[in-house]
Amino acid sequence: MISLTNLTKRYGDFTAVDNISFTVEKGEVCVIIGPSGCGKSTTLKMINRMLEPTSGDVYIEGESVKSMKPELLRRRIGYVIQFVGLFPHMSVAENIGVVPRLLSWDRELTATRVDELLGLMGLEPDMYRGKYPSELSGGEAQRIGVARALAADPPLLLMDEPFGAVDPLNREILQTEFVKIQRELRKTVVFVTHDLDEAIRIADRIVIMRQGHIVQHDAPEAILASPKNKFVHDFVGSDRALKRLSRFTVGQIMREPVSVAMGGTMEKELHALRGRKGTRYVWVHDEGGKLMGWLNLPLFIEGGSIEEALTRIVTPHFAVSRDSTLRVALSRMLGEGVKVVPVLDGEGRIVGEINLRDIEKITEEVEAQWKE
Amino acid sequence: MEGVTRRRNRQSWVPLIIVTVIFLVIVLDMDVMRIILQGLFPNEKEVIYPRANLLILLKEHMLLVFVSSLVATVIGVGVGILVTRPAGRDYLNLVSDISSLAQTIPPVAVLALAVPFIGFGFKPTVLALFLYSILPIIRNSIAGLESVSPNLIEAARGMGMTRAQVLFKIELPLALRVIMAGVRTSVVINVGTATVGAVVGAGGLGTPIISGLVRENPAFVLEGAIAAALLAFIIDQYLARVEQSLMVAYGSRKD
Repeated sequence: MISLTNLTKRYGDFTAVDNISFTVEKGEVCVIIGPSGCGKSTTLKMINRMLEPTSGDVYIEGESVKSMKPELLRRRIGYVIQFVGLFPHMSVAENIGVVPRLLSWDRELTATRVDELLGLMGLEPDMYRGKYPSELSGGEAQRIGVARALAADPPLLLMDEPFGAVDPLNREILQTEFVKIQRELRKTVVFVTHDLDEAIRIADRIVIMRQGHIVQHDAPEAILASPKNKFVHDFVGSDRALKRLSRFTVGQIMREPVSVAMGGTMEKELHALRGRKGTRYVWVHDEGGKLMGWLNLPLFIEGGSIEEALTRIVTPHFAVSRDSTLRVALSRMLGEGVKVVPVLDGEGRIVGEINLRDIEKITEEVEAQWKE
Repeated sequence: MEGVTRRRNRQSWVPLIIVTVIFLVIVLDMDVMRIILQGLFPNEKEVIYPRANLLILLKEHMLLVFVSSLVATVIGVGVGILVTRPAGRDYLNLVSDISSLAQTIPPVAVLALAVPFIGFGFKPTVLALFLYSILPIIRNSIAGLESVSPNLIEAARGMGMTRAQVLFKIELPLALRVIMAGVRTSVVINVGTATVGAVVGAGGLGTPIISGLVRENPAFVLEGAIAAALLAFIIDQYLARVEQSLMVAYGSRKD
């Protein structure tokens, strides 16, 4: 869908980008990564002509970007930058509506679109529409920045270290949301970052750059399994197996939880579970499905009371959600010294469980698959 | 002068309205002024400048201030915009220096130099006021436009705004508050300085002051001075409120 051909950018004697070519397929997330000064941002900015290449060209759907006025080209490409750049004198709605206004959309259509995008970003339209950027948190501002880039529904999105200035916790949440939204929208995305974990988490293809050259252009799994040279090897680091786990979400391999509701027929249900192989612990939830704790099954079967066998938890901080990565799940297990963690939905209801054995299995499978 | 940093908190309208009413009463009903001045100077036979009443002088004065401030604002903001564009950036320092220099020339000197060329009256006075008051406007325009974060400009350009759209939709609205502060400073300076226009026959509230000095009648001096001082105060306060309303309109309520 986009192809960069023999793209070069020189500043005097310094060559920032040196004759690079690659293609990004439609609907693909292509992450350009490399140490600072490697030319990744320069490359990105030549796509929407924020910078003009010294030589070479960029084609979008076969059409050279030089064939269009830069302003008109940019209105068709979403653009998100690290410092968000929300306009402080415009409300959230006005900020999101900038490109629709430039394209002379009608007022009602713009308003509907603004609400739709706020909803997509998980922000209540009635609450956020009229706010000003100074009233938003960093994470909220970045979501509005993404909504603004998506406003005119551009098929192509350029993101220049969009989550770079957000704290690590919020960055992880934003990445998770990005993956979720992208699964739905299927935009073609070119994404620049210097954070390898981020790249592995969100990319379909990764372009590793160094000193203006492309070192390796491959799927994340391929880069993890067979780094092309020592530079990539060092860049990827020694925790490749762990990084690979970021490619999978808990939802992909979680199992039905072994759980019972508190009260009522609880004891009968517990006795019914006694024959089940390997079941030592049973999750206990209230009538609404909210996780309350876990129960030591053998202790109960050997005549212990429910209260004796039950471990109550107030805040299940070791729980994960469907969208968490396996890497997060594994780190929770190691942190808590357990082999199984519960999977909860947004309301704290138990929807599944994930265990160490399954994580190990998937690691082995992937290892085998990419060895060949 | 300190237009860039001067900022008032939300104030009550009541004192300002009271002062405005007092000012209007003095200007419209000369008897009030006469009673005050007669009380202060019981030995003077004449306490009110006889050749023109305050209303006419006020009109002349306002016209001088309005024309010179308008021209200074249009040219000052225009120059501020030009020297902050990529093509004009080379002239930024030069323009700052020249406008600083213009303010060091006393208005009376400008009048003295200008009269032989453009005659007496309105025109040389407007020129002097213009030169004297353009500095705060140029300086604040540059400061305001330069304070707009390059990230915002990059975001705006990246979304497909033309250079003109970036200027009118992003840069000017964000710089407006600072520019307004410069305009206010310059208008207030002009209200005071315009009194020297009377020296070359431009009329205005300076007329009774000059006349009083010549005829050694302190009552005349005070008549013009009170009116000019009240006018400067009132205009400053109203413009301050305009500035403040811009702040609220742009959602920077937090600062």
